[in-house]
Amino acid sequence: MKPSVAGWLFAGPALAIIAVFFFLPVLAAFAISLTDFDIYALADLSNLRFVGFRNYADLLQRPLFWQALRNTLYFVLVGAPLSVMVSLAAALLLNGQMVRFKGFFRTALFAPVVTTVVAVAVIWRYLLHTRYGLINYHLDWLGLPTVDWLGDPRFAMPSIILFAVWKNFGYNMIILLAGLQAIPGDLYEAARIDGANARQRFFYVTLPALIPSLFLVGLLTMAGYFQLFAEPYVMTQGGPVQSTLSIIYLMYEEGFKWWSLGSASAVAFILFIFMIVAAIGQLVVMRRYGSGV
Amino acid sequence: MTTGWEKTPEKKTPGMLAVGVLVLGALFAACTNGSGENDILEIKFWAMGREGEIVPELLKEFERENPGVRVMVQQVPWTAAHEKLLTAFAGDTLPDVAQMGNTWIAEFAELDAIARLDEMAEASSVIEEQDYFPGIWATNRIADTLYGVPWYVDTRLLFYRQDILMAAGIGRPPRDWAEWMQAATAVKQHVGNNNFALFVPVNDFEMQVSLALQQDVPLLREGDRYGNFSSPELVASLDFYLDFFRKGLAPAASESAISNVWDEFARGYFTFYLTGPWNIGEFRRRLPAELQDKWMTAILPGPSGPGASTAGGSSLVVFKHSRQRDVAFRLVEFLSRPEIQQQFYEISGNLPPRRSSWRGDRLESDPYVVAFREQLEHVLPTPKVPEWERIVQELRMVTERAVHEKWTAAETARELDNRIDRILEKRRWMLAREGRDGS
Repeated sequence: MKPSVAGWLFAGPALAIIAVFFFLPVLAAFAISLTDFDIYALADLSNLRFVGFRNYADLLQRPLFWQALRNTLYFVLVGAPLSVMVSLAAALLLNGQMVRFKGFFRTALFAPVVTTVVAVAVIWRYLLHTRYGLINYHLDWLGLPTVDWLGDPRFAMPSIILFAVWKNFGYNMIILLAGLQAIPGDLYEAARIDGANARQRFFYVTLPALIPSLFLVGLLTMAGYFQLFAEPYVMTQGGPVQSTLSIIYLMYEEGFKWWSLGSASAVAFILFIFMIVAAIGQLVVMRRYGSGV
Repeated sequence: MTTGWEKTPEKKTPGMLAVGVLVLGALFAACTNGSGENDILEIKFWAMGREGEIVPELLKEFERENPGVRVMVQQVPWTAAHEKLLTAFAGDTLPDVAQMGNTWIAEFAELDAIARLDEMAEASSVIEEQDYFPGIWATNRIADTLYGVPWYVDTRLLFYRQDILMAAGIGRPPRDWAEWMQAATAVKQHVGNNNFALFVPVNDFEMQVSLALQQDVPLLREGDRYGNFSSPELVASLDFYLDFFRKGLAPAASESAISNVWDEFARGYFTFYLTGPWNIGEFRRRLPAELQDKWMTAILPGPSGPGASTAGGSSLVVFKHSRQRDVAFRLVEFLSRPEIQQQFYEISGNLPPRRSSWRGDRLESDPYVVAFREQLEHVLPTPKVPEWERIVQELRMVTERAVHEKWTAAETARELDNRIDRILEKRRWMLAREGRDGS
């Protein structure tokens, strides 16, 4: 048997699964996004019309779509860097020579990742409660004004970001910790002999060596954060005044609340385009940085 | 730390085997149980929110009367109910019978998901159309076909502070729009800058819909093909609504911004509060004792004299695909009995939809529900199009922006009609294709 045939045979099952469960649904979703599939079409398929790109055009005219997009970008642009920074800080702390009980801390910091979003969101809702919440209790105790965390349009998204960062940073922390541990010790030794201080060692040894891990972490975090849904669904239902309505939330409402699957698929594709653009942008930046090392 | 995981697989096997045997045994037992008593008929019943918690209590009696029938109640939270019903329809997993918000009936009738009940209702000795409040009954009729039986009603009217109204020199609650505006202005003058005359959540749509229903024109025009808010009558109703905010008589706040409406009502932050029957119980429970004889309910004022309000509430529907429609309808009949509805009122505070259910002591002696009883004779259904739920969401968002950005009523109406016309585009196409006649 020719090696190439064997290769295809081995890859075949996986490719078939990807084709059936990924490419086919994506194509079907794209096809649906060109129709006005709605509740009437659900009742009787003959009520389906081909509308070309009208779903897309309609969406771009809807204020709610732009609001959802703004909210999502807010969440991604503030939440994702914050999340990566917290992960990096935690990883650096855990990697420090002086830290004891590393195993314990590693597990403790990773624990939020394996919890269920819905369950911990309920707990966070208690923490953030306007009148009985622990956070406001402490603010009050410190003599600071209390905040209606989930009820005030200005604070709802920051609260969600805080929750999401807390929930997710552990995962990235583990990846970055592995990256840190892979940096050879003699690099630090050499830098120290050359008289580099801690800050210089971080910026000229640790950070460049971590670039590949950071790239991976950044990409994963961005892709994940663009798909914000469960947190606002459980904690705020997209409110107050649609201030936590994300793109996926809008898609969910279009698709499952109103059953406008055509419009919902169009939302999904617009989000897809955004994520691809953001990923390519990140790739370009990282390439430029990476080549400098 | 490690001991638990160091065991060899051989050592684990007996334990695993035991678990496996137990599971199999349980499964077997479950199977034999089912097939052994196969004369037991299971009816799946979806009930929403608080009703889902309460209804099993009432159903014990039904099961006693119908040996061999077991009702499986599934509780669905209100926030997810609509999605769940639609998804269940798409996935063909609907129950036999369900509680349904009466504004959703048009949608599920269009989907052909719910059974026509005309024949069964006519043959029924329990369900008598004349006994029901006409506005509520009408919500269950789509194009002259009955699709549901009203279970309880929900409408909006005024809760108000008698003492503040008196102090402001107003002797009785307002009966029409002019009196309402006049009373609100007097109250505002009396309570000063930091308090208000009326509280109506700015992100709600009930008041706007009620005021519009009070006018003699339909909310949608040309056979429900276009929005009708730009008609002079409905512009007037929007104007009346917006006036409360323009004149500073009502705060531009949502329910969550006023973190505790009962505290604020007790404090006199607002004198009129537009809300529904569930708040009777809440007011009794949460207002301080010295305020208990100082609040009252009043029918919603109309343009000229007592006006209409929305015919909200829940109905019971039977799904078309159900193989036990007769038994399911028996359940609907059971829950429609006046004595069961009185019992239901006592545990839930939900107001019954038929006049004979109101004859109990509990309801007749309660001064706070008198206004509701009167209001229920003046309730009107909202347009019965599947898109209505979407339309009221747009109404809510548009009027909220109108309040914040100080739009005129005409501007608000134009924006609203634009959005409604876009939502109804598919409906227009469908009607044109079917050649159905307009109006």
